[in-house]
Order: sequence, then structure tokens, then C-alpha cells
Amino acid sequence: MTDKTSDSGGEFEREPVSENALLGQSKFWGMYAGEHAAGTEFMIGPLFLSAGASLQDLLIGLLLGNILAVLTWRFLVAPIAIAKRMTLYYQLERITGGSLVKLYNFINGVLFCFLAGAMITVSASAVGIPFGIDYAVPEAMFGLGAPSFTGLVVLVGIVIAIVAAAGYSTVARFANIAAPWMIGIFAACGIVSMAQMGATDWSTISEGKWWTDAIDFVQSKDGEKSFPFWQIVVFAWLCNGAMHFGMADLSIFRFAKSRNAGWAPSIGMFLGHYMAWIAAALLLAAQIKLSQDHAANPGALAWGALGWTGILCVVIAGWTTANPTIYRAGLAFQAMIPKSSRTVMTLVAGAVATVAGAFPNLSAQLLGFVGTYGTVLGPMGAVIFVDFWLMKKFGLEDEYSTKTNQSISIPVLVAWLLPVSVGLYLIFWQGIFAAYAVVPCWIACGVIYLVLSKMTQTKVDAKGAES
Amino acid sequence: MSPIAKLVSLVALIVTVAPSLLYFFGVLSLDAMKWIALAGTIAWFVSTPMWMGRKQTG
Repeated sequence: MTDKTSDSGGEFEREPVSENALLGQSKFWGMYAGEHAAGTEFMIGPLFLSAGASLQDLLIGLLLGNILAVLTWRFLVAPIAIAKRMTLYYQLERITGGSLVKLYNFINGVLFCFLAGAMITVSASAVGIPFGIDYAVPEAMFGLGAPSFTGLVVLVGIVIAIVAAAGYSTVARFANIAAPWMIGIFAACGIVSMAQMGATDWSTISEGKWWTDAIDFVQSKDGEKSFPFWQIVVFAWLCNGAMHFGMADLSIFRFAKSRNAGWAPSIGMFLGHYMAWIAAALLLAAQIKLSQDHAANPGALAWGALGWTGILCVVIAGWTTANPTIYRAGLAFQAMIPKSSRTVMTLVAGAVATVAGAFPNLSAQLLGFVGTYGTVLGPMGAVIFVDFWLMKKFGLEDEYSTKTNQSISIPVLVAWLLPVSVGLYLIFWQGIFAAYAVVPCWIACGVIYLVLSKMTQTKVDAKGAES
Repeated sequence: MSPIAKLVSLVALIVTVAPSLLYFFGVLSLDAMKWIALAGTIAWFVSTPMWMGRKQTG
């Protein structure tokens, strides 16, 4: 999206997008191609190998999961986006009231900071390679890396935060320019890694020993782990749960001329979350084969395959992801404190992200983090789904908070917090894989919202007063 | 200018990615592949800003 039409650009934020502002399909395909071939892919790909996923499960599981993700965008998000043409935040405000949206926004902002923190870690891992600065993941979750690496994270974080505070239109343009090149670099990383492992003929490739040897090596060091087929499917499907099940991408598809724009995420899924993840995993397999080193250091992995080009790719991929993420987090914090300056709030977001980035173990937890992110924010999408498709069918009022001038909807608050609390308990105290919680929480939220609305709604007269 | 810049970008992208295939098939050494990919990268970032994301004039 261009600045003029973006969520942060100030247009159509409190009104439906007008007919003459609608965009053609190519804009959406281009945007999704760039957004999902990002710095995170360098972290996520190797984690599959580290977690013990078999190659066959990875190839088929990611395929199935990504198809499910695209179908969710197309059939869950696009129809509502086209019908209402409003941002997620404005739709939520009309349903839940302004105060609840601010709470949602704040939580969104904090989670954005952790995501940006992982990207700062990724960028710093690459910047440190030419200077011989060591990136190592400590045992403790909140353990710092080497002092030189922590210093580098702070420097990278300061630069990214200052650029984000200055506004991110230049970075957005640079990200667009870099996107096709980055996709090419991901492909090149995979091809070079295969060659480095000697997997250059069909019989060696299909035998797959180069992959199983790498997994055996990791497990001999870190202990036995497994990452079964359905876990891969669910992860690929729901790692962007906040965007599709959570309806965050309503803000994007409201500009679409037709529902078919909902197919556009397929380019991001199959280039970024399929090809790039597998290529990044191959980088680690090749590093293990060549140097018996199983540290998933994005900078070192890319350096081993492509030298300076690889380093540039990791730095640019991390930077172009972290920058808009910090910018959006700043906007979310600013919405909490309306009189605050956007620049100050963006710097605050940058500071939080930098602190998070200083703990390398947090970025090593990305597989769990994105599932948790979807579990926390995804259920709000169920509120929008129920409000749009079911409220009138059950004889209830849609957009009830707007019609009754409520600042907070208790049915929505309970419907959101109750399943999310249970989901977080299961993730953090019972150890379930985070992405497994997304769909149950989403369904529970929708059902609770519907039932509580049935119990609490009163008739609204034509003037909007309750009677 | 724009059509030429687009052509240069296309060639630059090919020069960035194709060496990895040549390395895969044993035509190029690892070092040669890395330097050619870097040259393609530089060409990409010089040529692409000349046309991508710029408003059309005239």
C-alpha cells in the first residue's frame, strides 16, 4: 500500500474507503510478496530443523498449512473487508467501544515490540560478522549475549528506532525495492546450501541423508525433539493468525476492488513461508555438514552461503521488517495516550524492542511467539465475524457499542479475555504448542460473544437509545 | 530512462541468482559465485530505485 492509502496514512480511517480509492490486484500481490519474505524467515526456517522436523513432513506440511492460510484470508477476511471497507480498528471500535480498542491496541503494540526485537537481533547477528562479534544464544531465557553483541544490538536498535521515528515512507519504498532481490537471495541460499551438502543429483536429493544427518547432529547435542506433521501444518496455517483469523488485514483488503484480492497472500505464503523457510533451514543443514556448528545464527548462515550478499540480505530483511513494526507499535502506544507525540512513542517502542532484542533467546522462541501472538489477538477476529454474519440472524443488533454510545462492551471483553486466559495458561503452564490454541480460542470467543450479547442486549430504538 | 533501468534491474537480478545455479552444477567456484552475486546486488540497488516506486511523469 502507498502512504496515501495505508493504515497509517490518515485516510479513510473512520469511514469506508471510497470507490475511487480502490486498488487493482497487483498492489496486493506485490505487498504480500514483500511482507512475507522478511527477516523472520531467516530465524524460523532453521528452527524447523533444530526442532527435528522430517524433510517430507516439512515439504508437505508447509504446503498444506500455507494453502489453509490463503483460504482463510480469501474466505474469512476478504468478504468482510469488501462489504464494510473499514479498518480493523474502526470496525472493532463500532462493536466494542473505544476504550476496549485502546487496550487491544496497546497489547498489539507490546507484541509488535517483541517481534521487532527479534528482527534487531537478526540484523545485529549479520552486522557483527565482519567485526568478528560473536552471536550466541545463552541458556537462560533472559540471559544476555556477549557484551560486544549486546552493544551492537543497542546500536542497531537506536538506528532503527530513529529512522522509524522519522516516518517510514522511505523505508517502505526501500523495502519494496529490496523485495524481489530478497526473494532471489533466499532461493540462491537454498541452491548453494544443497550444493555445499553435495546434494546435486536426484538420487542424493531424494535419499535425504543430508537432512537426517543434520537432524541427528542437532539431536546429539540438544537432546531428542520432534516436530510432527500436523504441528507443521498448524504452525504454517496460524503463524499469521492475527492477520487472517484476527482480521488485521481488513485494513488492507478494504481497498480491494474484488474478493479475489484475497488470493494475493498466496505469493507471500509460497515464496516467503515455503521457499524461504525451507531455504533458511537448508542453510543450517549445510553449516552443520561443513563445520559441525548447529548455532542458528542468521548472519553466519547467510555469510557461509553467499558472503557479503548474504550479510546484506539479513541486515536489509531484518531492518525492513523491524522498521514498520516499530512504527506501528509507536502508533499503537500513541493511541493509548492521545496527547503524546508520535515521535516520542515510536522511540519508546524502539527502546522496548531494543531491550527485547538484547536477549537472543527471545528471538530463538519465534515458533512459540507467533502462535502466542495469534492466540492473544486472533479472537478479536471472531467478534468481527460474529457481528457481521450472525448478529442479525439471531435477532441481535450489530455494532452495538456505536448504537448505544458505550465505550466498552462487556460481552466482548469477557469473550476475548476468558478464552485467551485459558489459552495462555495452556501455553505457558501446560506447555502446549502455542499455535494449537489459536482456533479453539477464536471459536470460544465467537460463541461467548454471541451468547453474552443474547443475554445482555436490549432493544435499540431508531435514535440509538436503549429501551 | 525507465525501460533501460528496468532492463538493467532484470539483468542484475539474473546476475545475482544465476551464479548459485552455476555453482550448483559445478561451473563456478564458491568464491566466484559470491563475488558475481555481490556485483548483481550492487547493480540491482543502483538501477531499481530509478524506476520502482517513482511517479510516472508526462
